[in-house]
Amino acid sequence: MPTYSDIQGARVYGRMAEAQPDRVTMRLLVIEDDRDAADYLVKAFREVGHVADAAKDGEDGLAMALDGQYDVLIVDRMLPKRDGLSVIGTLRDKGIETPALILSALGQVDDRVKGLRAGGDDYLPKPYSFTELLARTEVLARRRRGRTEETVLRVGDLELDRLSHQVRRGTEEISLQPREFRLLEYLMQHAGQVVTRTMLLENVWDYHFDPQTNVIDVHISRLRSKIDKGFSQPLLHTVRGAGYMIRDGAR
Amino acid sequence: MTALGKLFRTTTFKLTLVYLTVFALFAAFLLGYFALNTRRLITEQITDTVNAEITGLSEQYRLGGIRRLVVVIDNRARRPGSSLYLVTTFNGQALAGNVTALAPGILDNPGWTETVYHRIDEAETSEHAAHEALVRVFQLPGGFRLLVGRDLDEREQLYRIVLSAGRWSVAIVVVLGLLGGFLVTRRVLRRVDAMTETTRTIMTGDLGGRLPVAGTGDELDRLAGNLNAMLERIEALMHGLKEVSDNIAHDLKTPLTRLRNRSEEALRTAKSEAEYRAALESTIEESDGLIRTFNALLMIARAESGQARDNMSEFDASEIANDVGELYEPLAEEKGIALKVEAQTPAKVRGNRELVSQALANLVDNAIKYAQPAGTGANGATPEIVVRAFNEDDRIMLTVADSGPGIPAADRSRAVERFVRLEQSRCQPGSGLGLSLASAVARLHGGELSLQDNNPGLKSVIALPRGGPVQSAG
Repeated sequence: MPTYSDIQGARVYGRMAEAQPDRVTMRLLVIEDDRDAADYLVKAFREVGHVADAAKDGEDGLAMALDGQYDVLIVDRMLPKRDGLSVIGTLRDKGIETPALILSALGQVDDRVKGLRAGGDDYLPKPYSFTELLARTEVLARRRRGRTEETVLRVGDLELDRLSHQVRRGTEEISLQPREFRLLEYLMQHAGQVVTRTMLLENVWDYHFDPQTNVIDVHISRLRSKIDKGFSQPLLHTVRGAGYMIRDGAR
Repeated sequence: MTALGKLFRTTTFKLTLVYLTVFALFAAFLLGYFALNTRRLITEQITDTVNAEITGLSEQYRLGGIRRLVVVIDNRARRPGSSLYLVTTFNGQALAGNVTALAPGILDNPGWTETVYHRIDEAETSEHAAHEALVRVFQLPGGFRLLVGRDLDEREQLYRIVLSAGRWSVAIVVVLGLLGGFLVTRRVLRRVDAMTETTRTIMTGDLGGRLPVAGTGDELDRLAGNLNAMLERIEALMHGLKEVSDNIAHDLKTPLTRLRNRSEEALRTAKSEAEYRAALESTIEESDGLIRTFNALLMIARAESGQARDNMSEFDASEIANDVGELYEPLAEEKGIALKVEAQTPAKVRGNRELVSQALANLVDNAIKYAQPAGTGANGATPEIVVRAFNEDDRIMLTVADSGPGIPAADRSRAVERFVRLEQSRCQPGSGLGLSLASAVARLHGGELSLQDNNPGLKSVIALPRGGPVQSAG
């Protein structure tokens, strides 16, 4: 059964999300043949304030996705009538670039590569936690709304220059190790969004395995001590049961 | 009859038949050739003798006229033997010789003829008295004709003897061949039947059975030997599978039981929402652990089945050592452990970067878990973990050395088995699959994981062949 849910995390996430002023409602399409799993996802997405529809097989899903009204598609890999990868492939052939997140019981690295090669934008192996799915979906939706490749990222008084590799908070220059720089860069690119530990491991370290011990937490606390220590307003927040978020609390 | 039918259908018997036919044909051809050649040789010999005699007799005639010739021929004709003589006048009247009843007209044609005759001293009427002969008629000056010949009985007799010997030997070859084929086939069939019988009992579930080996070292023995080796392997695999499923049952059932108990207990005793919430949280935590164990298992199964071989490329092992070291360094520091990386560049190797990284990460993770906390290490010094990557001959070595309690030598090989958690690790978090996964990854790449003594502490060594695994096919 695919549904392992992190209801607790979702609630916390929901409360966090409500506190975000720049939050945008997403329109989502869940293509999933397992009725329980689909119902659960639709309900959970609605609970945190998004609009979600469900399609029960590949053909229906393709037909619904074809009008391009959705922000993100959540596609199960194995579907009746039409395989999930084929749905995404067909959409891409028709020039519809709606970001798609593939859900699959096949969680190995090469399955993932196959999924992404077929036109998927992200890949989440089952069983997944809803918090993880939600965080990834929001990142995809934001990407769709268009993110300009700014050379200087700003959150509050924290500033990161992607060209000169300089980081400063207020007037104070902060020196970071290369990996810490990439970690902060990723967090700041997704400022105001929850970023999970696996997302960090995938995007900052390019690892797709579970390192058993939560090594990411230690990296975050190191980074935190560099950018938040000595400042009255913390920017790097821990979202319990979900991950981390960098945001300007003063706004 | 069915047993006999089975015998005739066997490959051995069919082969025997084919060989037999070929051999019999060959023998017949050889004997026939021999017989014909003998006959030709004898004929040649006769011709030569007759020619010589005619020359001699012509000489007699030249020296002493017909009278002398008649005397000589009379003399010779009286000697027993197969020689034939006849001298006639120009009108066919016999003057001397031992031949009569020649076919008419023979004397008119000078030269060689094969004919039938009667000897003068035998009764003309006797049917059996007709003999075959090879004769030459020679025209003497003065109208006389001279006939010299040889009886062909000897030649024909020899020919018949050879032919009949040939027929007999072919018959004997066929009979003996059939008998031999029958016996050999029955012997082979008996051994194959014994094998079939054993295979059948093995198929019904008795994996301990082994095929009989006669000890002659023939092809059937080799086949039986190989099949036995295969059975040995299958039995080992089955044993491994059983052990693994027992272990899965243990390591998955324990947390599942815990999970179920807690949920039940919460249903029974929880009063406030906070208590329910706490129970749910611990349920989620427990199931996360289960998923983790499950994923590790799948990963190992996948590495062991060799599927991940499709995804191999060349990468630098020193980079992996640096990356993994960098990933774990803050965690080690937090625990008061110094984590050092000594990587030799380049250390190129062909393989699956992700899996090798994970294997090394598991080893480092283990080392951090079991290294002594600060101050308690040997001589009170800061405990240290050293990750190394270097080239050694045609292999790339990735080693993780710690100064922790280590693993007793007797337990080392057991520690890399699936699910084995040595007593000291029971109290630590983790699926207990880290070493097993590292070992499976090493084997996937055609290398190995070994655990060595670091005096004090443990040194885990992953050795990978530089060229990647040797493909078994293609």
